[in-house]
Amino acid sequence: MKALLRLSLSKIRLPFQIIYTIITNGYVFGFVQGKIYKGTLKYACVPGLNCYSCPGAVGSCPLGALQAALNQRNVKVPFAVLGFFFIFGSVFGRFVCGWLCPFGPVQDLLHKIPLFRKKKHLPFHGVLKYLKYVVLAGLVIIGSAFLFTGFAKVPAFCKYLCPSGMLFGAIPLVSMNGDLQSRIGGLFFWKLGILLVIILLSIKVYRPFCQYLCPLGAIYGWFNRFSLVQVKWEQDKCTSCMACKRACPVDLCPEEISVSAECIRCGKCVDACPHECIHLGKIRTIR
Amino acid sequence: MSFLQKWKSKLWLAGVLLGALFLGVGAYSGQLENMYRKAIMICLECIGIG
Repeated sequence: MKALLRLSLSKIRLPFQIIYTIITNGYVFGFVQGKIYKGTLKYACVPGLNCYSCPGAVGSCPLGALQAALNQRNVKVPFAVLGFFFIFGSVFGRFVCGWLCPFGPVQDLLHKIPLFRKKKHLPFHGVLKYLKYVVLAGLVIIGSAFLFTGFAKVPAFCKYLCPSGMLFGAIPLVSMNGDLQSRIGGLFFWKLGILLVIILLSIKVYRPFCQYLCPLGAIYGWFNRFSLVQVKWEQDKCTSCMACKRACPVDLCPEEISVSAECIRCGKCVDACPHECIHLGKIRTIR
Repeated sequence: MSFLQKWKSKLWLAGVLLGALFLGVGAYSGQLENMYRKAIMICLECIGIG
């Protein structure tokens, strides 16, 4: 009975991510008709990077909502979106990235393709990992508040970088909607190029978008130190065998795991530890 | 458990309460309406057309 209650996190994570993505993008008519959901559920944000122009999306993208608030003529403090960030961040931290973001399983599945020698990081990782904070400040906040196209402000991250919008929004919408097909231009191919680069990189490097570019990861990483969902490391039980570091897809040491802004709570260290000294919340692992 | 550790372990709850407060203020000032209006229109920038 005790064994039944134990869970192998790495075995349940991918099915969980896929089921969660299907539920939060479950408006099937949208995919069939090339339209988007317009119901009241869109008053609320989902925690992950889920483009609200995805035909199936039943919630709002928190980054899109933040930029929409900053695109207003008179910029005010975006309390509503900050509220969603504080609630999701304080409860989950970057657990959102590991379990509740639709773009995560896409990169996870691509990384399983047996092509190229797998790498945990890009070269210059120590510097490049701060790029997501530059994207957050430069494109999401400053870009959306001050960048104009003609007389209108633009959601700069969504417009110039977001690969999730391209994959989940543009490709299904444009393929079903003739009017949109006739309006495709250079910007569409720029974003398609970014998506293709991230797809190719994901086959070799573990989650390159999450590690280096995602501003949502930068925001939720700040909550990792005190969020409710934690990876706990019991130092007194640890033999420093480093099985957790070898299993960790972002190469964190046991003392870093619980406090690092890079940990996405994937649970691989929990499964790998032979002495059961790492736990995700109260869930224990089976071997 | 020291006072500091106890306080730190409840910090997430303070974050949730602050989030709820922000959400309430945002809803009261009509920000949820604005968010909804944006979310039900096809975002041309997001799909690389606008």
